[in-house]
Amino acid sequence: MIIKSLDPRITRAGLDDESKDGIQQPMDQWFTYEVFQQKKRGTHHVHVGSLHAPDSELAILFAKEQYARRGQCVNLWVVKTADVFATEYEDEDIFATTPEKKYREPEVYKVMDRIQAYKAKQNS
Amino acid sequence: MYGNAYVENTGNQNSLTAGEDPVKLAEFEARIAAGEKIEPQDWMPKEYRRQLIRMIEQHAHSEIIGALPEGTWITRAPGFRRKLALMAKVQDEVGHAQLLYSACETLGKSREDMINDLINGKSKYSNIFNYPAETWADSAVIAWLVDAGAIINQLTNSKGSYGPYCRALDRICAEESFHLKYGHDNVVFLATGTPKQRQMVQEAMNRWWTPLMHFFGPSDKISQHTETLMKWKVKMASNDDMRQQFLDMYVPKIWDLGLTVPDANLKKNEETGKWEYTEPDWEEFKRVINGDGPCNKERLAVRRMAEEKGRWVRNTILKKDAHYVAPLA
Repeated sequence: MIIKSLDPRITRAGLDDESKDGIQQPMDQWFTYEVFQQKKRGTHHVHVGSLHAPDSELAILFAKEQYARRGQCVNLWVVKTADVFATEYEDEDIFATTPEKKYREPEVYKVMDRIQAYKAKQNS
Repeated sequence: MYGNAYVENTGNQNSLTAGEDPVKLAEFEARIAAGEKIEPQDWMPKEYRRQLIRMIEQHAHSEIIGALPEGTWITRAPGFRRKLALMAKVQDEVGHAQLLYSACETLGKSREDMINDLINGKSKYSNIFNYPAETWADSAVIAWLVDAGAIINQLTNSKGSYGPYCRALDRICAEESFHLKYGHDNVVFLATGTPKQRQMVQEAMNRWWTPLMHFFGPSDKISQHTETLMKWKVKMASNDDMRQQFLDMYVPKIWDLGLTVPDANLKKNEETGKWEYTEPDWEEFKRVINGDGPCNKERLAVRRMAEEKGRWVRNTILKKDAHYVAPLA
């Protein structure tokens, strides 16, 4: 049956409610990009989400529409998701600092202890 | 704009975890109990993934279908300023759908499959959008009160456990505050206007009350109890609790304008602090969500037309060597 709507534009379109139009094929919605937004100059670009686009130029246009529509943006990057090489959460322990690498932490350097001991020895 | 997920009857709660590795399940549940978020690459129970896909997908469809009843009024908005504001709001809703589809894709369902399930009628969307916006005042009531309900639901869900969904909801909630203000402004304008304008907005309120009461989903009394989904922070609050919160925040504001609500039994019980109301017709809710509402066919037909008419553009600019991978986060 043809759809009758309160909206005259929809009635005019003569849509059939039994139609099978619009069924999607794989890649109909292109592929995905990851979006990085810089909120103001001097700050880092931060990942804000992803979107679908057929190429980088349209990805930038869609990123502006989807992620930067309320100000708060001075610059955008888009990167094809397929080009991002990432670590696995399973391997989170690779980021842990082990006790034998404490020499990389500032708080292990106790120079004042040595200075105080030296001064005490000089004055004795 | 979105109501509560229509959680399907999953039967025995134990079936949600059947066949899962007990060690991994315990680690997963401990992570959630500690307030950590689950990310797409993490191990998760099959039912957690399935329920989230269903819920986020419903939410995405609701945003995109929800743009239709209001979008109807763009061409006939009273005045240029209101037309611009309504266009901005409708664009926001479509943008919310994009964010949510992306969040859902991280769980492994492609956007094409989601769109197909919508236009085939397999996936649901918020039932409220199966009702027509008969006058401009209906679009005002939708923008104020449907968005108000959506904010309650979305703020609640943004405290959930799945990282990509929470991050999408944070962005969405920030934009909804404009919708709420815009809708309230439109309702107040009519309610403080001529007798005819007051009558228009009262009639719209009468039409939308039952769908608004349906918005948060069936009463807890008849809805399947979902302890595991609560523990997994997929479902964050009961339907009745969110309905109470809505009534508590908005009924006083409706009455303040001298408007009424078509339920003579609606009142706040001062002793319990709870609102009492006539239980809405849940048979109507079931009938409409299963396809027999005033606008179900129209909504899907319009969506099919949009996909069909846009296809040649999408295909023209698709590169031959393009391939798909799921978004990262």
